[in-house]
Amino acid sequence: MDAKLDKGTEPMYDAPLRKTDVEANATKIAAKDVQVYYGDTHAIKDVSVDILDKTVTAFIGPSGCGKSTFLRCLNRMNDTIDVCRVEGLIQLDGEDIYDKRVDPVQLRAKVGMVFQKPNPFPKSIYDNVAYGPKIHGLAKNKADLDEIVEKALRRGAIWDEVKDRLDKPGTGLSGGQQQRLCIARAVATEPEVLLMDEPCSALDPIATAQVEELIDELRSQYSVVIVTHSMQQAARVSQKTAFFHLGNLVEYGETSQIFTNPVDPRTESYITGRIG
Amino acid sequence: MTDATYQGGGNGSSLVASDARTKRRNASEARFRIYGLAAIGAGIFFLVVLLTAIVSNGIGAFQQTFIEVPVYLDPAKLDKQGNRNVDDIKKVSTFGYTPLIQAALWQQVQNEGIATDYTKAGDMKALISASAAAQVRDWVIAHPDRIGDTVDFKILAASRVDGYLKDRVSRESIAEDKNIDAGHLDLTDALREAGIVHKGFNTDFIFGSDASESRAEQAGLGVSMLGSLFMMLVVLLLALPIGVAASIYLEEFAAKNWFTDFIEVNISNLAAVPSIVFGILGLAVFIQFAHLPQSAPLVGGLVLTLMTLPTIIISTRASLKAVPPSIRDAALGVGASKMQATFHHVLPLAMPGILTGTIIGLAQALGETAPLLLIGMVGYIATNYPDGVVAGFMSPNSAMPAQIYEWAKRADPAYYERAWGGIIILLVFLLAMNVIAIILRRKFERRW
Repeated sequence: MDAKLDKGTEPMYDAPLRKTDVEANATKIAAKDVQVYYGDTHAIKDVSVDILDKTVTAFIGPSGCGKSTFLRCLNRMNDTIDVCRVEGLIQLDGEDIYDKRVDPVQLRAKVGMVFQKPNPFPKSIYDNVAYGPKIHGLAKNKADLDEIVEKALRRGAIWDEVKDRLDKPGTGLSGGQQQRLCIARAVATEPEVLLMDEPCSALDPIATAQVEELIDELRSQYSVVIVTHSMQQAARVSQKTAFFHLGNLVEYGETSQIFTNPVDPRTESYITGRIG
Repeated sequence: MTDATYQGGGNGSSLVASDARTKRRNASEARFRIYGLAAIGAGIFFLVVLLTAIVSNGIGAFQQTFIEVPVYLDPAKLDKQGNRNVDDIKKVSTFGYTPLIQAALWQQVQNEGIATDYTKAGDMKALISASAAAQVRDWVIAHPDRIGDTVDFKILAASRVDGYLKDRVSRESIAEDKNIDAGHLDLTDALREAGIVHKGFNTDFIFGSDASESRAEQAGLGVSMLGSLFMMLVVLLLALPIGVAASIYLEEFAAKNWFTDFIEVNISNLAAVPSIVFGILGLAVFIQFAHLPQSAPLVGGLVLTLMTLPTIIISTRASLKAVPPSIRDAALGVGASKMQATFHHVLPLAMPGILTGTIIGLAQALGETAPLLLIGMVGYIATNYPDGVVAGFMSPNSAMPAQIYEWAKRADPAYYERAWGGIIILLVFLLAMNVIAIILRRKFERRW
């Protein structure tokens, strides 16, 4: 068989591992004993995790392990699926987001989301970004809105590429540009947390590098949670990593520790390529 | 791991020579192509036959035979008081005008020096449409000061004369006919030579009203076209909002449970219910129970609304389903409410499909006859233009397909031609609606 994978517990990837003082940051989202059911299927089992502010947290794990499902619980996107049922406690800044009084619309304004496939609205680039601020009443007038759009596009690291064609359809951009436009759209509503569901899986390596760089910049203002299939990516961009397997949260810790010195044998097997 | 016993691929056959399996496969593919071409060929053949039949039978209805005749408006007959008072003039019925027109035509025959066995003006009756007297009378009432003058009129020829010019009537076919005899046809030939009798484009067929059994030459589709228009307005104003609201609720908001499944099954079933069932339902509910007026386009429109709703709901739901879920996710992800996501993003994208479905539903309703039979929109009804919009909805009228059906069952062969002509007009409307549907689709379609 392939001998390359039998390397034992030595560091598997030579990607730069960041040593940051994540413990200094406060907990942004606290999940406790979360269970998710799709009809009769128990998709997420007893997941408890604390997601920190101003930190990139990566969720890794094999396909179907529940990492995307769990991510979608954090802004209640699972509400749109009829058969989906969520139990347990998820708190954002100490408030239960599944409380009956919570309006998911307000929650999603605070917890923005970027999806796997770039999904700009079939409208102009400007309208794509301006839509969120408009429906939330963030702009008092047109000049205000222009400013918000420019700021968001700058934060999405795409301003220079699109500033001359803001009235052109967002769907006419390349895949990588579309994804950065979607990130700009997500940050335009001034969220506190940014959820990213495999944001680079549809992108080529150059676009991926641009988005990863952007994620690292976003960390200064937001708490970013990213689901990824690429372990190199998790190692490159995140400070904390959670490993999911078969609906369980197997291990959660500093990214450097997960990739160099995993505690659980399943984590080790996954990152060395034995399972998954 | 590799298989140690593997000896290398292929069986040594050439790529150039096709083997038996490939030959069979290619032969079956060629056969299937022939079946497909044959099916399309048959379809085109029948379409051509249908269109040829409709056009060749119906085109005659757009031509009509007219008689050009200068009529002396005799004051002694039309205005005995001599004061040109419209009320007094109105007392003279069409019976007062008929002799004047016949005399005028007889004068023309003599002026042209046409040899004929007929000896008096009354013999001209068979050539002139019974509608001519009313036409002249209406003109005189509108222009009372012209009494005493000789005025040129273009009056309709009788339907037998019209038929003779269109080769529908021949000397053999009128052997038993009491309305006309061979001498009249000889006279017609002579008058035609003289340019007094000629064929012309028949605008009255498109804009006129229905006429009685004996005046086929006068009948037109205009009033029943208005009836159809008012019905379509009712259908559009009711079926589109109700249908779209129902579809949006069912597709985007309603929980998926046994009850919504039950509703869905019922909507599909309603789409397959024969239209005459909706007709009898309309008769029972709208006329007998709600006491809405009989034969009114309002009732017709309500019945056709019931019939069109399932079509609109099914096509709207299909086009809502076709909007990629990623658009809904994107809108919800930036904090739009369900309704904002639906109305700002999903609905505009579904619009071309909704419009197409609606127009196809309307076209279906426009061509529907059976339910109209049961609510009394068929028969000798479409004789007058409605006065005003309210009357347009409430007063008795017919509709295009019902009028065509009515003509087709009348005895006079002249009506047969008009029925075909009506079908041409109906088809032009349907074609126009489908073209509009395609244009709207192109206009609203967004590509990404």
